[in-house]
Amino acid sequence: MASSTGEARRIILDLLRAAGARAVIKSKCMTSEEIHLNAAMEADGYGVVESDLGEFIQQLRGEPPYHFVFPCMHVRRGEISDLFTRHLGSPPTDDPEELTMIARRHMRRLYVEADVGITGANFLVAETGQISITENEGNARLTAGLPRVHIALAGIEKVVERLDDLAVLLPMLATAGTGQPLTCYNTLYSGPRRPGECDGPEEMHVVLLDNRRTAILADPEQRDSLHCIRCGACLNVCPIFKNVGGFTYGTTYQGPIGSVITPHLRGLADWNHLSGASSLCGACTDACPVRIDIHHHLLHNRRNAARCAPHRWERLGHRLFAFVAARPWLFALAGRVGRLTLPVAKWLRPPLLAQWLDSRDLPPAPRHSFRSQWSFRGRRS
Amino acid sequence: MSAPAPAGRSARDTILARVREALAAPAPLPHLAHHAPQPAAGGLPILSTGASRPWLPDGGDTPAETMNIFVENLGKLRAVVHRLPDMSAAADLVFTLTRERDWRRIAHHRHPLVAPLLAGVPCATYCVDDHGHCVDDHGHCVDDHGGPSGAESAAAKDALEGCDAGITGCEALVAQTGSILVSSATCGGRGLSVLPPVHLVIATADQVVATLGDALEEARQRHAGRLPSMLSFITGPSRTGDIERILVLGAHGPRELIVIIVDDARA
Ligand code: SF4
Repeated sequence: MASSTGEARRIILDLLRAAGARAVIKSKCMTSEEIHLNAAMEADGYGVVESDLGEFIQQLRGEPPYHFVFPCMHVRRGEISDLFTRHLGSPPTDDPEELTMIARRHMRRLYVEADVGITGANFLVAETGQISITENEGNARLTAGLPRVHIALAGIEKVVERLDDLAVLLPMLATAGTGQPLTCYNTLYSGPRRPGECDGPEEMHVVLLDNRRTAILADPEQRDSLHCIRCGACLNVCPIFKNVGGFTYGTTYQGPIGSVITPHLRGLADWNHLSGASSLCGACTDACPVRIDIHHHLLHNRRNAARCAPHRWERLGHRLFAFVAARPWLFALAGRVGRLTLPVAKWLRPPLLAQWLDSRDLPPAPRHSFRSQWSFRGRRS
Repeated sequence: MSAPAPAGRSARDTILARVREALAAPAPLPHLAHHAPQPAAGGLPILSTGASRPWLPDGGDTPAETMNIFVENLGKLRAVVHRLPDMSAAADLVFTLTRERDWRRIAHHRHPLVAPLLAGVPCATYCVDDHGHCVDDHGHCVDDHGGPSGAESAAAKDALEGCDAGITGCEALVAQTGSILVSSATCGGRGLSVLPPVHLVIATADQVVATLGDALEEARQRHAGRLPSMLSFITGPSRTGDIERILVLGAHGPRELIVIIVDDARA
């Protein structure tokens, strides 16, 4: 069990060392993104290959997943073909099937040769001590089945009481996540190979990560956000996600649920802006199969952020704005100065603004202020 | 499994203490606190929070219904089902498939339903249980010296990887979702049902159950408290939608799933 991301990384690196790992294969695991496992493994000299097709594409692109269910939904097939040609030397093609087969052929030897397989877990069954892994491709089956050592990494909130609970949760995850009655492989593991079984790993390790999940548990108001089964339904319906895309969040877990939990996992001070990026339409709450009150939690985060003492500069800024806004002549003057200097500022890129402009576009300044347009139209009609 | 490091143990104590402390404050579930709104007569269902949604598909009430639902669901999943009267018809089917597809080598395991299918098959066969000779014809462990050695297991993986098809039995067939439950104890371990490009399953009609819960219960009873190290619900051939969300079969697991159901298992 690991309290922090650093502890989880250390445990896994120790396991790899003890296993004398040479080749590591990995199946999709968002928790490993949370602890930045791949970077830590590469820093220690372990080669690791993501076997999930979407994750593999993202690994070759050197990008984190864009969506936690569909990691490369933003990438066109032409780009994937170029990527494979560059890295795997395959001939160009725009056929998704052929592209999938290129990845399949590339991966097959890797499964057979890997000595450690790392997977995530979608559920942990307390009653029977099993972990449950949901997937469509079969890569997790191979990752947990062929290498000599199997390591599974999961957050502590994934635990469910009884095996029977899965009879509801597995179809629920599939229906809400991908619209299937059940995903292709739903597999329960309860340990390494047993006597009498012809194959399977010699060792199995389960690493359970807290990383401030217990802080969410301690907050009765938002405790239900730990019920999340990571189906991604709230992302798919979110008007914000659809417009800004997965990378804009800068988080491991994107979309509405990411905006709810990231301030808890990484600190409210730096991540409270996420809850501002919401129209509060409630589409996420409607889509959520486990009925997390997502949009209210975004409001709760806003309230909590407002309660913390704001930054000195922020306070000063608000005071300055209040001073100007309370004096119409000053407000009009400031507006005029702003309209005139905006194009210059865009061109000059002064120090503070330059960073802000790196990732944003400023709209062109309007010729007339809102107030003058309003009075002009009022006169005309 | 190796003993946890001392650091791991203290982390465990801290985390469990934090969990206990956190749970001391009760938290009502927000959506269970009030009653769900009911749709007007003949109106559309209310999909907003509070209305219960029918997540679970039907598995049928009678054996005939259950069988029909299973066959129908498998078809939707692009798997192939053959319902045959007896084992000799099943053996004929495997013979024909081997000829037509030009299979060179079929992987299998020791299982009373699998053996008769391979008796006259026109190609080489590879039995995954041959490394270490650990089970008898009924899948029961008879002799296990810590399993196959490193070299043996590497050779076994290579051999399996080179096969054109794999044949396994199953623990149960699930109508509700069109799934096949396999286990590492009775279906040839972990690799056989997922590494070869074609997976053939042989089952008897009485193995079809209505729901996922029924299948889990069946496995629990069969293995009497000691569940196999792997239990896997296979629902159609391996697939992916990762490239532009276009469905492609055969991502890493089998491209084809063929289920043979015989009514009468006696020869
Ligand atoms: S919050 Fe709900 S809808 Fe969003 S990913 Fe989690 S379970 Fe799915």
